[in-house]
Amino acid sequence: MRLLNKLTHGAVWLTFWAVVFLSPANAAEFGTLQADKSSLTFVSKQMGVPMDGRFRKFSANIVFDTAKPTTASARFELDLASVDAGSSEADSEVIGKPWFNVKSFPTATFVSSAVRPLGGDRFELSGKLTIKGKTQDLVAPFTFRQENNSGVFAGSFVIKRLDFAVGDGIWSDVATVANEVQIKFHLVATATRK
Amino acid sequence: MSALRYTRTALWLHWLMALLLLVLFAVGLYMVDLPLSPQKLKIYSWHKWAGVTAFLLVLLRLAWRIGHPAPALPPAMPAWQKSAAHGMHHLLYLLMIAIPLSGWLMSSAKGFQTVYFGVLPLPDLVSKNKEIGETLGEVHEILANGLALLVAAHIAAALKHHFLDRDDVLSRMLPFLARQR
Repeated sequence: MRLLNKLTHGAVWLTFWAVVFLSPANAAEFGTLQADKSSLTFVSKQMGVPMDGRFRKFSANIVFDTAKPTTASARFELDLASVDAGSSEADSEVIGKPWFNVKSFPTATFVSSAVRPLGGDRFELSGKLTIKGKTQDLVAPFTFRQENNSGVFAGSFVIKRLDFAVGDGIWSDVATVANEVQIKFHLVATATRK
Repeated sequence: MSALRYTRTALWLHWLMALLLLVLFAVGLYMVDLPLSPQKLKIYSWHKWAGVTAFLLVLLRLAWRIGHPAPALPPAMPAWQKSAAHGMHHLLYLLMIAIPLSGWLMSSAKGFQTVYFGVLPLPDLVSKNKEIGETLGEVHEILANGLALLVAAHIAAALKHHFLDRDDVLSRMLPFLARQR
């Protein structure tokens, strides 16, 4: 009788914790970007010297359900004129016609097509990146971690600027400004649903 | 010991640096007003690499100079002139060290790290800061202009010694000019 009691007691608790840990109620969906905590930076190489830059204005629509990561989607809009290329001379240069040409192409966009879990907290994002009217497929790994009520997406990828005609004409000489540009993102989103 | 000329090594270092500093000064004057272009980035990089080279050469030169004293000045030279000559040489060395240092620090403060010949990164001794960068830029320019003036005086003095005083001050550094005694 005592044994049965113990077993029943144990089973009840096991069920309780199973519900707590495994129920979809514990999964969270993240979506609203916290602009002040997020950053979008890049590293380009000039005469072999790495140069840091960043974008001050960007927005994102992220849908990321921790229970169903494969259904995640993301859409980014980046205000190219908000670039900080390291100096005022560089800033006014890169918004100009040979580089971003912000008069004709003010925004760069990224639209995701798929998210693939890579195991643990690692994922792979695929989609299409459009800069200066030119669209290229992009695959970028990222990590996801949950901090209190926020989700943190972080990753980096390398694009070739000439694929997007960024820095054409005299600047297409990649010995001076390298073709490869590393882009790093650190996006913090609040939970939209629990 | 009263050698009549500098050592061969001192001669080489002096004239190599004279050429290098002349080119650095002229290129520096030319490049600052260029509009941004790949050419400008290349010229800036070469100016920085040549400046680092000049810095290394002046250190080598100082080390050599400490081990190999300069030949004596002509006995007929008044004491004040000897003092002025010594002061002048100290100033020249000081500027030859301070100018590349200010350029290196300016590059760091402006956020453009110096990577010697695109291979060897020099540490950034100051972190990026626009105001400090601009101040160091002005310091670099003032010191460079100062060195140009001192060099002009240095050349004038050498010529004065050779053609007016007719002593062997210049031929200590240009032995082929040595007069027959």
